[in-house]
Amino acid sequence: MPVRSVLVDLFAGNRGGQILLAVLLGAAVVVPVSNLLLPADSALHVPTYVVSLMGKYLTFALLALSVDLIWGYAGVLSLGHGAFFALGGYAMGMYMMRQIGERGVYGHPVLPDFMVFLDWKELPWYWHGFDWFPFAMVMALLVPGALALVFGWFAFRSRVTGVYLSIITQAMTFALMLAFFRNDMGFGGNNGLTDFKDLLGFSLQADGTRVALFCASAVAVAAAYLLCRFVVRSRAGRVLVAVRDAEARVRFLGYRVEHYKLFVFVLSAMLAGLAGALYVPQVGIINPSEFAPAASIEIVVWVAVGGRGSLYGAVLGAILVNYAKTVFTGVLPDMWLFVLGALFIAVTLFLPKGIVGTVPVFGRAGARRWPRRRRPPEPAP
Amino acid sequence: MPTRGFALPSLAALLSCMAFLAAVAGGAPASQAATLEEALQGLAAKSYKERAVGVEVLAATGHPRAIPILEAMAKGQLFVRKADGSIVIGDKTGKVYALTDAVDGTAVGDAKKKELKKVKVNNRLRGVIRTALGGLTLLSSDPRQREQAAAAVFAARDAGALETVEQAIAREEDAGLLDQLTLAKAAIESNPEFQRDIRLAAVARLSDSALPEVRSLLASLSHEDEADAEVRAAAAAALEAVERDLAFWNLLGAIFQGLSLGSVLLLAAVGLAITFGVMGVINMAHGELVMLGAYTTFVVQDIFRDLAPGSLDYSLAVAVPAAFLVAGAAGVAIERGVIRWLYGRPFETLLATWGLSLILQQLVRTVFGPTNREVSSPSWLSGAFETATGLVLPYNRVAIIVFSLLVVGAIALVLRRTALGLYMRAVTQNRSMASSMGIRTGWVDAATFGLGAGIAGVAGVALSQIDNVSPNLGQAYIVDSFMVVVFGGVGNLWGTLVGAMSLGVINKFLEPFAGAVLAKILVLVAIILFIQKRPRGLFALKGRAVES
Repeated sequence: MPVRSVLVDLFAGNRGGQILLAVLLGAAVVVPVSNLLLPADSALHVPTYVVSLMGKYLTFALLALSVDLIWGYAGVLSLGHGAFFALGGYAMGMYMMRQIGERGVYGHPVLPDFMVFLDWKELPWYWHGFDWFPFAMVMALLVPGALALVFGWFAFRSRVTGVYLSIITQAMTFALMLAFFRNDMGFGGNNGLTDFKDLLGFSLQADGTRVALFCASAVAVAAAYLLCRFVVRSRAGRVLVAVRDAEARVRFLGYRVEHYKLFVFVLSAMLAGLAGALYVPQVGIINPSEFAPAASIEIVVWVAVGGRGSLYGAVLGAILVNYAKTVFTGVLPDMWLFVLGALFIAVTLFLPKGIVGTVPVFGRAGARRWPRRRRPPEPAP
Repeated sequence: MPTRGFALPSLAALLSCMAFLAAVAGGAPASQAATLEEALQGLAAKSYKERAVGVEVLAATGHPRAIPILEAMAKGQLFVRKADGSIVIGDKTGKVYALTDAVDGTAVGDAKKKELKKVKVNNRLRGVIRTALGGLTLLSSDPRQREQAAAAVFAARDAGALETVEQAIAREEDAGLLDQLTLAKAAIESNPEFQRDIRLAAVARLSDSALPEVRSLLASLSHEDEADAEVRAAAAAALEAVERDLAFWNLLGAIFQGLSLGSVLLLAAVGLAITFGVMGVINMAHGELVMLGAYTTFVVQDIFRDLAPGSLDYSLAVAVPAAFLVAGAAGVAIERGVIRWLYGRPFETLLATWGLSLILQQLVRTVFGPTNREVSSPSWLSGAFETATGLVLPYNRVAIIVFSLLVVGAIALVLRRTALGLYMRAVTQNRSMASSMGIRTGWVDAATFGLGAGIAGVAGVALSQIDNVSPNLGQAYIVDSFMVVVFGGVGNLWGTLVGAMSLGVINKFLEPFAGAVLAKILVLVAIILFIQKRPRGLFALKGRAVES
């Protein structure tokens, strides 16, 4: 396929996607200028903490994108994507842990503080290599990808589908959470990894580093959006949508359903890992609570709020819900769970297509493809 | 009738315990202390004959200090301090004696030999003291003291005590104490100074017990330091038999703990077996319905405490139906308000019920506060069966096992023997046909969901007895209970029962090797792999129902 037609295919008739890319690239230009160049008392100055907050939202948006890819297009509801996110985060955290070097509380040249505290004598084998940035980044993608490959291979091959799959993905992240809580695992146990100093030699406290991380997140979301868009517009993407809507029929037509699902599951997990790797330097900590089943299911509601099966809807939902969370936990902390719970119920009952499927600004893409099935003729027992 | 625990504290522990008693007795009525002091003056009398009378007077006081004083006297460690005439116990360390006051057992400094006058004893007096000591301890009228004394004799294995032990055995009427006394006798008779056949008989007697003290005694007898090869071999064989016995009891203990964990899982999962298994509704708020049941128990107990504190022990009898009604009503409301709009859309059901669980959690947190609430156990549930072999079966655990089986039985009855059960099965199997036959399917849906939710509430009553009642109670069980239902086979009550019990037992069997957390992880991984192999669970439904 010629490059030109690929580009046309990516953008044509996709107003939501165009808006998303424009906003992301605009933010990647405006935010650095306003934070670094404008004086702090200027009305247009963006404080650094806001930059980091927005950067965090963008990593959540990337995570939501990865969930939408698998849920909106392959019909696989993963309640374990928090695990892939956290694994990517741990890979980045391990790199930054090694960068602390002698500046830790105990000043050990090689071992991170928590290992000195546990009286460990040498670095566990799986910590080797993480002092080298490219290796850590490859691991941030490969480890979630490998887990998804193994898990998905077993699950899809034996045709575990629907809510069964959802429940065992939840069990997977629950098991990982219990494992990472153990000190013996060598990932800092309960406290996780924290006290990071710098990334690639740039101090994490510096404004410039924060802005750079924000821009990296914006670019990552844009690139991931284009990649996902490319995948779902490809032939394989059409097969995936067919699998979502009528898996048995696709299988009878001779497609290897599990191969398509496995491919998109692994890709989705790697995107989630990337999101985790960008998230950790911006919040400064990674601990086992990221593996909690509740965290994973929250991602799903971001996607549902935005509207699944449109990609940009997931980005919108993640940013909106997390912004609401920041506001509510600041003003009325007790109310947040009521709001989140009501959001879950309201979206499923009244907005089954999410915001982008309901508000006409975004065009007709994606959401329309969901089969209209509000009241099926015979509810399944 | 539960057997009382059998403990053999070491002699040192025994003495320190007595020192404690003495310290307590320091604040005892003055008349007793005066008697003790008078008796002490009798010990320091001039002639042996008078001292013998003093010993008997002292023993007659029954004072706890009498034992250490008489023991010190028999060993020649009792002195009169020349300076003030007070009676002290002196322990020679190097050239000086470390003194303790005979009356209250407190340290009163050091003294050189010439500052002290020894209370002399002869053989006749030693005999009197020994008899008095035996009377105070092994022959005491207080069973607790006899028990302690038997333990002390076992630990000391002093042949001099044999005669008193035999006397005590002859008089003992309590079966448990008799057992301890004969063990103590066997321990003494296992000493090398006895003849071979007596020692062999003693070893045979020892091998009947699985206590750790007995095992260490047998281990030392089977050690190569033991000169007599025959005794050594007998002790080694006995030790092996004891360890085999112990392994058996440990196994039984692990099975019990596994069943106990399994019954908790079963209670948490059995309501889900109806809502998820029979109706196919993914109810992520199931754990919160369990939590509602636990909080109902708390509220019911609170009301009892205010209105009828005397019958607090029976509040559980009210809490069970109350929890069923509260959680059942919540379930009906959830079904009518949310779930019925989402039939046929499992993902949406999952998300909406998750939202409900968040709201219920926060609601309870707002009303009752975020901290744990105290739910008391009725007195008839505290305590435990204990066997001499170290097996401990707490009553509340036993009660939960029984209760969980009763709940499953009741559900099976409802499903098989009542009109509601018939309607439920009809609607599940063929909704439109059931509807055509005049069954109000919407009503049956609500009733089925309400039943499942009510059972969850009843589970909450049981869990409130063993777990913290906090807003997070439900979260802790939600993954586990889904695992049980999926593992056992959806739509199959029997599968849920077997699944819960086997997961509990497997978990408890892995724990000794892997630790609690790793055992849980291993079980989860095993279930995930198992579902890959048998996606429909242990007891899969066969036929067309599977595909829908």
